Amino acid sequence: MLCDHCGQNEAEVHLTQIVDNEMTTVHLCPACAAEKGLDAGTAAKNLPLSDFLAQMGKAALAEEEASLIGPCSYCHTTVDDFRRTGRLGCPHCYSVFETQLRAILRRIHGSTSHMGKVYVPPTSEAAERSARLAGLRRKLQRAVEAEDFESAAVIRDQIREIEAAIER
Amino acid sequence: MKLFDLRSMPDFGLNWLEGSGPDSDIVLSTRVRLARNLQGYPFSVRAKAADRAAVLATVREVLERSGQLTDGVIVEIDRLGPREQQMLLERHLVSRELVRRDSGEAPSSSALIASMQKPIGLMINEEDHLRLQSLASGFSLRHTWQLVDSLDEDLGNELPYAFHHEFGHLTSCPTNCGTGLRASVLIHLPGLVLTKEIHKVLQGITQVGLTFRGLYGEGSEVVGNLFQVSNQTTLGKSEEDLVDHLQKIVGQVIEYERQARAVLLRDAPNVIEDKVWRAYGLLRHARSLAFDEMMNLLSGVRLGLSLKLLPAPSVYVLNRIMIYAQNAHLEEASAGTLSSSELDIQRAFHVRQALAEADSSAASRAD
Repeated sequence: MLCDHCGQNEAEVHLTQIVDNEMTTVHLCPACAAEKGLDAGTAAKNLPLSDFLAQMGKAALAEEEASLIGPCSYCHTTVDDFRRTGRLGCPHCYSVFETQLRAILRRIHGSTSHMGKVYVPPTSEAAERSARLAGLRRKLQRAVEAEDFESAAVIRDQIREIEAAIER
Repeated sequence: MKLFDLRSMPDFGLNWLEGSGPDSDIVLSTRVRLARNLQGYPFSVRAKAADRAAVLATVREVLERSGQLTDGVIVEIDRLGPREQQMLLERHLVSRELVRRDSGEAPSSSALIASMQKPIGLMINEEDHLRLQSLASGFSLRHTWQLVDSLDEDLGNELPYAFHHEFGHLTSCPTNCGTGLRASVLIHLPGLVLTKEIHKVLQGITQVGLTFRGLYGEGSEVVGNLFQVSNQTTLGKSEEDLVDHLQKIVGQVIEYERQARAVLLRDAPNVIEDKVWRAYGLLRHARSLAFDEMMNLLSGVRLGLSLKLLPAPSVYVLNRIMIYAQNAHLEEASAGTLSSSELDIQRAFHVRQALAEADSSAASRAD
């Protein structure tokens, strides 16, 4: 099939669009598709994210450059981990890998800016309490694992105290 | 919150099968989920057992304190046997990720919390700390979105979510960040498959920022002409826009499907009538049914019902068969492990029985 646009080259990109309830299909050669801003290689295909990231990584980032970024100081995720699994390790990773992420987010979503509802965090008092509780729960778990039941009992009482304060 | 016990709640989480709601002869179910993570913990892939335990405890505490999902049950995944976990998966109540086992053991502190009255709940310690989800019968995006949104508002007032001023809600996989919203519709498209228009429609869907998957979500194959259509992107558009866009495009797909069915009825009425009755006959009498074969036959019967070529059974009966004739459900019913040929035999038995029951209750209504 020849390209609908230039009528000379073989059409390789088939674009189906729904406009005003009408479905139309346009057949284009790669050159004309590129001219229209359609990238046959990436836009339409559902590449597994990790392949996609591996490619991204090669194009966007020289190896020596990659070694300068990260690992995340909080969760120790490296650029390599991210490329291999397609998963970030913690919220902090978004800052550590921000430059790479911006490019990736643009490719995936066509945007880097959240346009949805703006989340308002709980009041600082509530957040602080919640963070303290979380910390205490981690300590409790460790104490139980270490069979240090004396400390565990103390920590449990501290947790109860905070929880009781919340209820009042 | 009660602890989950499948035996005392045999139909747990299956309200979405009822075959009610708009366009329920074409759309089986609608799901909306929001991915959320808590500040101060690594994402689930990096989280240690203590982190996961703390996430679960924090969420439970907030739910109890704020009076959310008080009518709910909690299902702690690692307390279930493999078969029960598989049953939850077969019911589409949990994701593969939630019950995934790397080391032969179920992940610690993974849980499903679900309301007993409304189609709303959440998965905890999935790929993200929280996956708020609503799953309802028929094509009801607005309703499911509102349910999830309101739970999100209530939890967000208490929980410190990981949120970035530019990137929005932060998720383990960057494909989910921003709104964290994935809305999907499970849709039955035999007309478009039979008229060979389906590829064009699916191509069109991917061109407008949507994507499609099989029955069990990501990575699963399409069986029985059932497609899960969902939004591809989560960042750069508002939640309302994402939901409205899916609503509009799926509405068009439903329209195309109805047109395709009309064409089939006009051009080949005898072929179609024969096809749906044959499907019904096979299901009603076969002595061994593989899952895929059953799904394809169910698709024929579903089409026949929608076109009023078959008087019975109801969509509800078909939906139930689709769930209860899956492997783990069949094993549970026969209280033992079954080989693959035994499964096919049990499956055929279950289907015959369910259809015979539906037949006799339809006959008694007619009397």
